[in-house]
Amino acid sequence: MQSSLLERLIRARDERRAVVLATRLEDGQQALVFAKSAEGPLAGDETVVEAARQAMLTDRSGVVETGIGKLFLHAYVPSPRLIVVGAVHIAQALVPMAAMAGYYVTVIDPRRAFASDSRFPNVTVLTDWPDEALETLKPDRATAVVTLTHDPKLDDPALAAALKSQCFYIGALGSKRTHDKRLSRLGEMGFSPDDMARIHGPVGLNIGALSPAEIAVSIVGQITQVRRRKPEGA
Amino acid sequence: MNALPTYDDDVLGKVQEWRGAGRKVALATVVTTWGSSPRPVGSQMAVGPDGAMIGSVSGGCIEGAVVKEALDAMKDGKPRLLDFGVTDEQAWDVGLACGGKVQVFVEPVD
Repeated sequence: MQSSLLERLIRARDERRAVVLATRLEDGQQALVFAKSAEGPLAGDETVVEAARQAMLTDRSGVVETGIGKLFLHAYVPSPRLIVVGAVHIAQALVPMAAMAGYYVTVIDPRRAFASDSRFPNVTVLTDWPDEALETLKPDRATAVVTLTHDPKLDDPALAAALKSQCFYIGALGSKRTHDKRLSRLGEMGFSPDDMARIHGPVGLNIGALSPAEIAVSIVGQITQVRRRKPEGA
Repeated sequence: MNALPTYDDDVLGKVQEWRGAGRKVALATVVTTWGSSPRPVGSQMAVGPDGAMIGSVSGGCIEGAVVKEALDAMKDGKPRLLDFGVTDEQAWDVGLACGGKVQVFVEPVD
């Protein structure tokens, strides 16, 4: 691989742009293919560029046979995001675990006592109100949203914003009773039972977690399950 | 504002860092898998001139053999495509205990 292509690949990743690296397995010649441009020795070949764009659309890496030989198409799609509302103790465990699992993590908490840098090294916590922060962050299909504050003033607007987005996972900390009350409040805001069924509450897999770290494990486990598990029989 | 993902992503970063320091580097990528294989297509491992490795292409079963080929690739400047599986003649040494097969592309980084 040419260093120049590697540099472009890393920059694309950091800018959260989808890119496909096409490699001819016979001689290692490559092209880096973006949605609207391509670079590298094989970038002039229409077949290569077209096959790479197909891999980008389907988010499938793999080997394909083409007129110029076998190509490995490596789809680099942006990492998923996790938005955590509530810079609480559980968040201190959840942030590094989710980062290890490959997520870009953002924490939101307008309460400055919680959102201090010393509690969250390596993460700058957004101190906007959750609904405003979520409006800026624009959760997409590759985003998970977890609320941890227990405070309806903070959690409810965040959940409402999450429900209006296409995020793939929504989780809300709180007991069964707290969750039922939360659902009736969200119902009054106009959300249907189908909408609200998207919320995992109480958050996390039922593994009997007690400590903040154990609860974080159950949350990362559940997000992974929702993202990766194939339906039965698939 | 973000905690960076730390798992898959630092292989490329490490390659760049090593290259920036003037060291030779090779990159190994899983390009095909059959059956049960521990790491999916696209999994990567960077190998440094001293055999140091970051990332993985299996559950530890074939990394040793891949490092050896990576060192050769750094020397001759040529990429290679490696097959590993239970049908491999060297299966006893470097095959996959899980019974799967993988194809790994190893390329030097200029």
